[in-house]
Amino acid sequence: MATKVAEAREGHSASGWTPAQPLVEVRGLRTWFPVRSGVISRVVGQVRAVDGVDLDIRQGETLGLVGESGCGKSTLGRSILRLVQPTAGEVRFKGQDLLRLGSRAMRRTRREMAIIFQDPFASLDPRQTVADILGEALDIHHLARTGRARKERVSELLGLVGLSTDFAGRYPHEFSGGQRQRIGIARALAVDPSFIVCDEPISALDVSIQAQIINLLEQLQEKFHLTYLFIAHDLSVVKHISDRIAVMYVGKVVEVSAAKDLYRQPKHPYTGSLLSAIPIPDPRLERRRERIILKGDVASPLNPPSGCRFRTRCFKAQPRCAETEPPLDTVNLGDHKAACYYPLS
Amino acid sequence: MAFAHLLEVDDIHSHLAVKDGTVRAVDGVSFKVDAGETLGIVGESGSGKSMTALSIMRLLPRSGSIVQGKVTFKGRVLTELSEDEMEAIRGTEIAMIFQDPMTSLNPVYRTGWQVGEPLRIHRHVDTRTSIRAAADLFQKVGIPDASKRVTQFPHMFSGGMRQRAMIAMGLSTSPSLLIADEPTTALDVTIQAQILELLRTLNRDYGTATILITHNLGVVAGMCDRVIVMYAGRVVEQGRTEDVFARPEHPYTWSLLRSIPRLDADEHEPLKPIDGSPPDMVRLPAGCKFTPRCPFAIPRCAAEEPELLTVRDQLSRCWVTQAGATLDGDQGG
Repeated sequence: MATKVAEAREGHSASGWTPAQPLVEVRGLRTWFPVRSGVISRVVGQVRAVDGVDLDIRQGETLGLVGESGCGKSTLGRSILRLVQPTAGEVRFKGQDLLRLGSRAMRRTRREMAIIFQDPFASLDPRQTVADILGEALDIHHLARTGRARKERVSELLGLVGLSTDFAGRYPHEFSGGQRQRIGIARALAVDPSFIVCDEPISALDVSIQAQIINLLEQLQEKFHLTYLFIAHDLSVVKHISDRIAVMYVGKVVEVSAAKDLYRQPKHPYTGSLLSAIPIPDPRLERRRERIILKGDVASPLNPPSGCRFRTRCFKAQPRCAETEPPLDTVNLGDHKAACYYPLS
Repeated sequence: MAFAHLLEVDDIHSHLAVKDGTVRAVDGVSFKVDAGETLGIVGESGSGKSMTALSIMRLLPRSGSIVQGKVTFKGRVLTELSEDEMEAIRGTEIAMIFQDPMTSLNPVYRTGWQVGEPLRIHRHVDTRTSIRAAADLFQKVGIPDASKRVTQFPHMFSGGMRQRAMIAMGLSTSPSLLIADEPTTALDVTIQAQILELLRTLNRDYGTATILITHNLGVVAGMCDRVIVMYAGRVVEQGRTEDVFARPEHPYTWSLLRSIPRLDADEHEPLKPIDGSPPDMVRLPAGCKFTPRCPFAIPRCAAEEPELLTVRDQLSRCWVTQAGATLDGDQGG
């Protein structure tokens, strides 16, 4: 089985994809949710959770995706895996447009992808033992032919995430938050994926546990050449783990760049204010820092402002910002792009 | 009335009854707060930081009680007051705001009516005056369109606006102490920055002393004059914020500061996590409660629990640093 997966990973798909190309290419992706009201449930509006996103995820990298609640980052992650059905656009995985795959082909392709959720307790069935939870994915994709192979694979998975093999017969409630997230990670690894969406994987954990999980994710990435889409609201964590970072605001990617450059030279005023809002655990530094305090609240994805969606809170906004929406390559420094007419210098 | 400190918490022990035993949620906590200062209490979930605040307010859940200790506020012993006397202090002299502004406001009453309530109860003003006062308070805490906003219901407010409304309510009677329990944890970072800025302004302009309870070391660094670090219901370290961050004298603080990724870190290095899990509060180990996770532990740590004693510039509950050793960068992790 391992060799088959390795072949699939190195080989070329029918669409002529090669590993030099982005593993995932998102083009013009829209995921809108209808808002219904009244006795006949008439559609009265659309929540534009993801509203025209272009994004590449490169083979072997960690792409961080940050933004505030409601910006559409989780919906984007789930749309890429087709766990929610996008309204329009393309998601090409190894060159193949997932949104046009039939259900059988999708199931085959999905074996190469997995997701890790924020709340490991809510995402694990309390009535299943750890062996059942991990074995389920193996069964669905027929990855363990015999009971013994299944048992061995479960032990192997537990070992990979630093848990004792003795845990296989236990239930989720017997574990601490950090251990449960390790089980969540083991479940994601069960199908031997090449691409994992990590959706706020450490936000629900105690501070002293977060570093353990981050290090584990990094070790696993190296070991299995995984590609991560790492979704989080905590920019210091995202900066630590990511090679590149995309910043979302009300359904749009407003800036994308290498992690280092984003912190050193943010171009979009929203990125700048997001960075300045994150407290640094150093009293001398933190008290001297210049802060950009934004006015008001995040705009509604139900009725986003005209032009640039950030203009209602932006300290650099000009009349032009209300007229046309700046495309992501308005600022284009090669690997560093930002959707802003009046970028930070 | 003359008193040495605004608030004195003296050896408080609060217990919680749970299914499989008793949790010593607060186990001998003492500290002082002076007028106008901001004290941070940091710790992870279950460390007892919220229970300490609720003990001061005498708002422990039904399963909990203060079994020992004394809380003195402006020279009055809160732990000996009748419930009515305590209620009068809660509404006027000490205000508390909570993590979740979604559930702290009553959805069926207009926000202005709720925010004006402490004034009607404790200052005996009429409804109209109380709502006008609420509008003034809304302006003070940065809620735009204040006169219209007081007529609206909580569901029409965003999370940040609700937290502002809660702060407005807390401030309505000009308390001398504000206890903020994870006031920004449920909020987005840009909104968190707004609320912290508001708390800073209030502290500066009105001299309201603040106890800020948080798990976020960055928030403490930017806000607090002094900080208390809690672990397993105990204070393990206490000192001026600069001292504690520059040179932690307890291995838990030391490990915690090293384990968090920093936005201003230049190079990518693997994080240095703390081993193990937070303690099971029903079955705490003997000796120092951090011993099982401590990279510096010596045999004595597992046998005997240290006191909270002066180590250089701060207080630390650690045999190792009390014996004069320094917490060295190459150990542990």
